Order: sequence, then structure tokens, then C-alpha cells
Amino acid sequence: MSIEVRNITKRFGNFVALDNVSLQIPTGELVALLGPSGCGKTTLLRIIAGMESADAGSVSFHGEDATHVHTRERKVGFVFQHYALFRHMSVFDNVAFGLRVKPRNERPSEAQIRERVMTLLSLVQLDWLADRFPAQLSGGQRQRIALARALAVEPKVLLLDEPFGALDTQVRKELRRWLRRLHDEMHIASVFVTHDQEEALEVADRVVVMNKGHVEQVGTPDEVYSAPASPFVYRFLGNVNVFHSRMHGEWAEVGRGGPKTQDESLAFVRPHDIEIQRESTAGSLSARVLHIQAIGPLVRVEVEHQGEIFEVELTRERHAQLALQENEVVWLKPRSMRIFQGDQLTQAHTFDLGGGI
Amino acid sequence: MLNASRHNVLPGFSLSLGYVLVYLSLLVLIPLGGLVARSMQMSFSDVWAIATSPRALAAYKVSFGCALLAAIVNAFFGLIVAWVLVRYDFWGRKLIDSFVDLPFSLPTAVAGITLTSLYANTGWVGQYLEPLGIKVAFTPLGIVVALIFIGIPFVVRTVQPVIEDIEADVEEAAATLGATRWQTFSKVLFPALAPALLTGFTLSFARAVGEYGSVIFIAGNMPMVSEITPLLIISKLEQYDLPGAIVLAVVMLVISFVLLLAINLLQWWSANRHSGRHVDGGVQA
Repeated sequence: MSIEVRNITKRFGNFVALDNVSLQIPTGELVALLGPSGCGKTTLLRIIAGMESADAGSVSFHGEDATHVHTRERKVGFVFQHYALFRHMSVFDNVAFGLRVKPRNERPSEAQIRERVMTLLSLVQLDWLADRFPAQLSGGQRQRIALARALAVEPKVLLLDEPFGALDTQVRKELRRWLRRLHDEMHIASVFVTHDQEEALEVADRVVVMNKGHVEQVGTPDEVYSAPASPFVYRFLGNVNVFHSRMHGEWAEVGRGGPKTQDESLAFVRPHDIEIQRESTAGSLSARVLHIQAIGPLVRVEVEHQGEIFEVELTRERHAQLALQENEVVWLKPRSMRIFQGDQLTQAHTFDLGGGI
Repeated sequence: MLNASRHNVLPGFSLSLGYVLVYLSLLVLIPLGGLVARSMQMSFSDVWAIATSPRALAAYKVSFGCALLAAIVNAFFGLIVAWVLVRYDFWGRKLIDSFVDLPFSLPTAVAGITLTSLYANTGWVGQYLEPLGIKVAFTPLGIVVALIFIGIPFVVRTVQPVIEDIEADVEEAAATLGATRWQTFSKVLFPALAPALLTGFTLSFARAVGEYGSVIFIAGNMPMVSEITPLLIISKLEQYDLPGAIVLAVVMLVISFVLLLAINLLQWWSANRHSGRHVDGGVQA
């Protein structure tokens, strides 16, 4: 079942949580709503679920308008950050809840309920916990039970609000992969909210990056990471170096200090997109090595250029080849960069006049 | 005890336990024990005769019956009051919230006199009930009214924090699973509230059984009809019938103890069911 969100606006008092947001999520896709806290991602999810009503705009499921349909009738599965399990019910009764509250003529028999619940519990690999109470489970187990409970009513869409937010790193990673597999088996549209970029990039088919009530970019994890549409997305997803630059028509002069002018722009380069050289070549910037840090497969080098500190990531081989020393003067050569003027991406070519350290 | 203090992280176990025992003995156990011991000096047939005299039986019925009725009414309306105070934000909520505590601090005699003047057949409320054939003051109904008044804060104050603790997402979860408002209340919210409600009910009931001050004004105190046991004890004392007073006191003591024990067991059972105290071994994700 596809989800379509059209021109949604939501205010809380003077605070604009969502400003004219539109989004389309086709069936079978796992979409991440990613952004810092307060960007409106949870509000958007709650509006899709019908727990919050929008001030303007519409929500439809598979072409059918659902803007004024009660949560109860939307057939959405919702998973909460803090599980929201029913404490006084056993795991079995929690999962069976959605089936037992159906109107009498739609309600399956107790035997059918039992079968369905046990199937779901084995799907989440926790059938051996059926008689326990939520208080007796670990966080990861509780969240899997919450997911089984949401799936019991065969929802048309699955919505997850920071589902792994309250869990520790190891459990998160495991549950992430597990959620991906589960989604692939079910052929429904799933949307999950997260502020963890790694989680979004690893699990989702598409990532919706949000900031201050706006959608900044929608794209595959690779698109949003390697071709960010705005300075915000660049900064939010992974590390990035920002060089001040100046526009000269179609050309951008990168890495020159000096007074700020109207034609000032910013050049964004990922740390692994910078090459360190011993000689000056066209378009390279001189810099001084401050600090070298070898962690895992990469070597992180901090360099200083015109009083600002930049980060470069080298492979271990390249680092061994260069044999860098601290305080040494080297030349930086960006392999690829994107230049923004304000929030606008420019198609500028780059050149450099060889600015000093 | 040595073992306990050696392994206990919290210091001062023996000292504080000793204090608790001495304190409870002085205040509760010794006086009550003395009461029971005093009644033992009488012959069993005498005790039985006093304890089961028609007037005494009628008094027990009024005492426990009215207290039970009042506690049931309080459990129901106290829950509503607590719910409204927690869930809705309205003008004057803080004021109403503080009114709830009034029966705690108001001298019970004042409450009794006020209620009596309200519900007497010439009072503000009584004059409208009289033509309908409802007599409140000077009947067992009046006793129930007084006991409801003094018991309501117990229910509200025990249930209120539990309602505050229920997360909104539990209700939302029920809604996404297709539950109606009523199903959400009866299957999700009420079971979560039930242990606290039972505690409130118990406290309100216990308070009502022991109430004296407000009841004697409104009850009319007619033997066999609206005479509560504590009043009967007082009247026996006034006639210098100490043995009679002691026997009635012991009967009250035994019935109260048995009732409270039963309710506490019920509570212990319902609280233990979901506490997750039986976790075995390491739990993994």
C-alpha cells in the first residue's frame, strides 16, 4: 500500500513543525525520515498514523484519502520508541490484542488467534517467551514483541518511531538488519523515523532528510551521501570540510581568506575526497599537518589551512607511502567538491591561486 | 540477622528493624494485645452473649455495611475525579484539586454538623429530597453520605499518581490496533489502574469503619437502625459497662483485621502477577 502526503502543514502555537511537506512512498519501500530532533519527522509520522491532525494538507493510502479517518480505521502498524507494551498482559495477550478487539463478526476464533500469534512470535523468534510479561524482557525483546503486535492486524503500512532509539549499539545493529529482512518479506510500505544517519543509510531504500519542518532531500542512501542537495544535508550526513570560496562568474576561487563579500560561497569536500600531495599542482592548497591518528582501516590527518582545521582521511597504504610528519607542509588536492552559494548548489568550476598557509 | 547485615548494602538494618518493632509494639501491639487479654478474663459464654446480642449485631451491620457501600461509591466516583484532574486541563483545576484534601483536614465533627444541616428535612438539600420520600439525615443513608465525604480523598490520592504514570503511547498503541475508546479503557487502562484503585478502596473502607465524629451527628443513633458500633461502645462505657465495651471492641478488631488481610492478599496477588520478579537467567535481545 502506497502512502501519499500532500502539502502538510502543522503548527504548535508559534512553532511551525511542518511547513508544506509533500512525500510519496510506494509499496514495498522502506523509507527513513532522518533529521535532527525538532525537525518535524516524528510529527509527520504521527500525522500519517492519524494520531495528530494536520492544519492543512492531506494524507492518502493507495489513492484513497485518509485525512479524516480515525487512527483505529487507518490500518497502520505503529511501533513506539519506548515499546508501549501493555504491562499487565503476557506477551501472547499483547500480540493477540489487535485480533481480540475486532468486532465480533470479524474476530477470528480463539484457535485461529492462537495460531496467528504463535506464527508472529516465531517470525520475531520469540515464541518461547509467549507466557512472560513485558517487565521480564530485555529492551530488544520488547521491541520485537511490539513489532509482532503491530503486524498481527495485518497493517497496510508500518510506521516506526525511533524504534531502536532506546537500545544499546550492539542490539541496534542486529535489530536493524533484522527489520530490513522482515520488511522484504512483507511487501508493505514502511516508514521509520531516526536521527541516526548511519541507521538510515544502512537500512532504508530511500532517505528523506528533514530540517526545520522542510524536506531537504529525498534520495537513495548513496544519493544523499555523495550528492547532498544542500549544505545542511552535507553537514548532517557524515563528516565534511568546508572551504570558504569566492565566485568569479562560472569559476569559484576556493580556499582564499579575506573579507566576506556578496559573492562568497562555500565548497564542501568529504575527508576521503582530499588527496595529500608533496608537490603543488594546479588547484591544490597548501596546509600544515597538525595531527595524525590511525584508527581501523583509515588514517585521519588533521591539517591547518589559513587558520582553519580540516580533516583528511587516507588509506593505510597511501599513508605508508607518504610517511607524513607532524608540522610538515603539504598540498591538498580535492578530488570532488560541491559548491553552494547560500543554499543553492552552483555548477561552478574551481580554480585556486595557491593561497598560503 | 547477622547474615542479613553482613550481606546488606544498606546500613543500619538491625537498628532500624529494632526501632520499628519497639515503635509498633508501643503504639499498636501492646494496646491491642491488652484489649484482647482483658476480654480473655471473661467467660466465653458471657463474651458470646454480648458479642451476638441483637443490638450489637445490628450495629455491626450498620458499621460494616455503610462503610462498604461508601467505599464502593468512593471507588467509582473517586476514579472519575482523579481521571478528570489528571487528564483534562481546565480553569480552576488546581482549586478543585486542593478541595479534594479538605475531608482530610476538616474536623470530622464539623463535617458531621454541616452535612446534617444540609440534609435535615429543613436543610438546603434535604428540603428537596423530603417530598421525594428520601430521608438522608438520621438514617443509615445519612451515615453513608458522611462516610463517602470522609473517604473520597483516599481513593483520589492513591489513583491519581498511577493515572499520571500511564504513558499516552499505550493508549495510542491500542488505537492503532483497532481498539475503540471503551475497549482501550476496559482492557488497557483499567487493569493498569486496578491495583491502585483497590488500595484506595481499602483505605477508604478502613477509614469509614473507624469513623466516629461525623457519623454521630447525622446518624440519629437509633438503636437497631442507625447506631454504629463505635457509638455503642461509647454508650456502654458511659454506663460503666467496661466488659461489654471491650467485647465489642475486640469484635471490631477481629473483623477489621480479617477484611484488611483479605484485601491485602488480593492486592499482593494482583501486583505480583505482572511485576516480572520471576526472571530466570540472563535475558538477551
